Amino acid sequence: MSTYIVNLVTVRLLIAALTLLIVSFAVFFATAMLPGDTATILLGQAATPEAVAGLRTAMHLDEPALVRFLHWLSGLLSGDLGTSYVNNVAVADLIGGRFVNTMRLAGITTLISVPLALTLGITAAMFQGSLYDRIVTIFTIGVISIPEFVVATSAVLVFSVYLKWLPALSIASDVTSIWQILKIYAMPVISLTFVVSAQMIRMTRAAVIDTINTPYVETALLKGASRPRMVLRHALPNAVGPIVNAVALSLSYLVGGVIIVETIFNYPGIAKLMVDGVSTRDLPLIQSCAMIFCFGYLTLITLADIVAILANPRLR
Amino acid sequence: MSDKITNWTASDDVMVENAIRRGATRRELLHMLLAGGVAMSAGGFLLGRASDAAAAAPKSGGHLKAAGWSSSTADTLDPAKASLSTDYVRCCALYNRLTFIDKSGLTKMELAESVESADAKVWTVKLRSGVTFHDGKTLSSNDVVYSLKRHLDPNVGSKVNSIAKQITDVKAVDPLTVAITLANPNADLPTILAMHHFMIVQDGTTDFSKGIGTGAFKLETFEPGVKSIAVKNPNYFKAQGAHLDSFEYFAISDDNARVNALLSGDIQLAASIKPRSMKLVESQPGFVLSQTTSGNYTNLNMRLDLEPGNKADFVAGMKYLINREQIRKSVMRGLAEVANDQPVSPASIYYNQELKPKAFDPEKAKFHFNKAGLVGQSIPIVASDAATASVDMATVLQQAGAEVGMKFDVQRVPSDGYWSNYWLKAPVHFGNINPRPTPDILFSLLYASDAPWNESQYKSAKFDKMLVEARGLLDEGKRKQIYGEMQIMIAEEAGTVIPVYLSNVDAISAKLKGLEASPLGGQMGYAFAEYVWLDA
Repeated sequence: MSTYIVNLVTVRLLIAALTLLIVSFAVFFATAMLPGDTATILLGQAATPEAVAGLRTAMHLDEPALVRFLHWLSGLLSGDLGTSYVNNVAVADLIGGRFVNTMRLAGITTLISVPLALTLGITAAMFQGSLYDRIVTIFTIGVISIPEFVVATSAVLVFSVYLKWLPALSIASDVTSIWQILKIYAMPVISLTFVVSAQMIRMTRAAVIDTINTPYVETALLKGASRPRMVLRHALPNAVGPIVNAVALSLSYLVGGVIIVETIFNYPGIAKLMVDGVSTRDLPLIQSCAMIFCFGYLTLITLADIVAILANPRLR
Repeated sequence: MSDKITNWTASDDVMVENAIRRGATRRELLHMLLAGGVAMSAGGFLLGRASDAAAAAPKSGGHLKAAGWSSSTADTLDPAKASLSTDYVRCCALYNRLTFIDKSGLTKMELAESVESADAKVWTVKLRSGVTFHDGKTLSSNDVVYSLKRHLDPNVGSKVNSIAKQITDVKAVDPLTVAITLANPNADLPTILAMHHFMIVQDGTTDFSKGIGTGAFKLETFEPGVKSIAVKNPNYFKAQGAHLDSFEYFAISDDNARVNALLSGDIQLAASIKPRSMKLVESQPGFVLSQTTSGNYTNLNMRLDLEPGNKADFVAGMKYLINREQIRKSVMRGLAEVANDQPVSPASIYYNQELKPKAFDPEKAKFHFNKAGLVGQSIPIVASDAATASVDMATVLQQAGAEVGMKFDVQRVPSDGYWSNYWLKAPVHFGNINPRPTPDILFSLLYASDAPWNESQYKSAKFDKMLVEARGLLDEGKRKQIYGEMQIMIAEEAGTVIPVYLSNVDAISAKLKGLEASPLGGQMGYAFAEYVWLDA
């Protein structure tokens, strides 16, 4: 069994490396196709041809695109993420603190949303058709349908503007006590939990109900297993595969897709950094962010597959 | 107060305050209020309240948190490269200029003691003595020479390279004297030196992340795209330094989030809020609005060298067809002043009061379009979100056009790349021009025959001659007269329609005092940090 897992992981890692390369290629040329380059964008309306030419030379933008790409790639292989075109700061420094912020927000949200979603999803499936199930279903569909900016902005209006309980901004730097951390993270985490748990609850419920309807679970019921035992011991292990995949997909969103929450709470995370990078055509920064998002996604999917295999005796 | 005024809002307060600052007399103000339907007794009260806001004793101390609207990893403390308002605010707190423009539009001395010339060509700048940088070094003429020469180096990427090009030589005469030689006489040099980009940095600086200047604040932390914190400079050269102990600046790009942060008390200043948020701020006690009209405008450009702008009657017709009052009221929700088709703002001392905006007159417009033979033809107008409110303005124009039988095809194009792909190129399109300090810069940039941004391809030998003549004149009265005539020429002859000057509204906590309107733009011409204080 373990050799099977090792083989799987090795193959996955190779595919992941190849995927990263392809993605970096795609991102690089997609960015190159956007109108304007860093020099024209930095100079804005003041971009006279001479000024642009001067700045391009100073920023080494006059080299052909392929040369710059290979340059960046060779730097990456030696662990150097490159230097931002825009302000000459090492990309690693720009990403560093913000990456920690993003991971912290993603971590706290995961800790809250995953147990919550699994509990709600499994219990809803156990009592399928009951009033409880209907309430959970209506609530999740409601949350899926309401965009996160509505949730986040309404939360700010209620809790910061009218009640004045929580700060409207989440600047993570000046925190001194646990209480402050709770106050700062409360609203962003609640908004994100709404977004990511809804999908997980739906998928978990559907997966568990699917397995409950199979003949072997019916057998378990007929031989006298209690309803919780039937679901948790017999049905759940077979439902784990789709559930972890749903969890992984939802969580991958937390790595790079939280731009709206970052914008509304002014939270200095990595999604906003990438948007900045795109608006100034700052290739090394865009590439590095894209690599991080892609890597996070691949890791989560691979982990989900491994967990699914370990949990399901038929796949071992 | 007993007699409650029901239809009086904070923006009316702002209007009165602005009028007081412009120097309106009490009689004029009361007249203004009566016209607005406010009883005389109540009017007196309102004026009292508005003038209280304009004059109160400053308090020291406190930490100010203020938020602008744009910030990115491109944030810089290099004044030459400053491009976002966020950069301007930070640079104003950390550095000084040789001269600055005060709230009434006049040029005053700052780091310079005097900027003088006999022929407007060779200028002598005398520096204040005893000014120190944040790191303890004393300001000398070498710093000024370095700061000015940087703009000429293409590798720096200075935003004002084209303006700086007229400086042919800068040299240090002695430690406190600098001689500046210009290619041609230019009496505006003291005003040009008041531009934000011409702030004085230390000789030899190439790394600007430390923000070492002579300004009222010393940099403590700076994270591009995140925030900056600066603390009061105890060794500031001005007798009255900063009132605040420290000053934190960052950007909240989402308009709603910025307003919410202000209302929840997380920040004390939300710069440049949208008209639709004004009601929300006004409805809450403890917040005020500060409105500035500084000469930023969105204009309709008709290239005179292409169809249909090459028909003079088309251009004339458009000037009558644009409903300026409707644009001011409905498109800008009152946050604008009606303009008269020329770029010099009403806040400028050179503004020609006599030149009235053309009234909305569809009949006259129709007459001109008929004469041009364009009725019934479909004419494309390019608009984009890149030029503020241009899509809405185009719609107003389209509807007015339909009434007189003109078919305007409004082409809404993406913001990304608008300035390089459509602006200056399409036959009929919108532009957006930021305020510039002098008529000379505006005219040279936008209307001279060889102007780099000649939006309508306006060419007039007479205009060019007047431009050069006025530039070298040290006689203010004569210059004002020439600039007045040039404004009329632009309004009548050029293919640009400037319907309104756009206003900027900053929303602030009532505890924040001392914020005044400035002709250089919102947030007191970006320099508020030095002048405001927090009333506990």
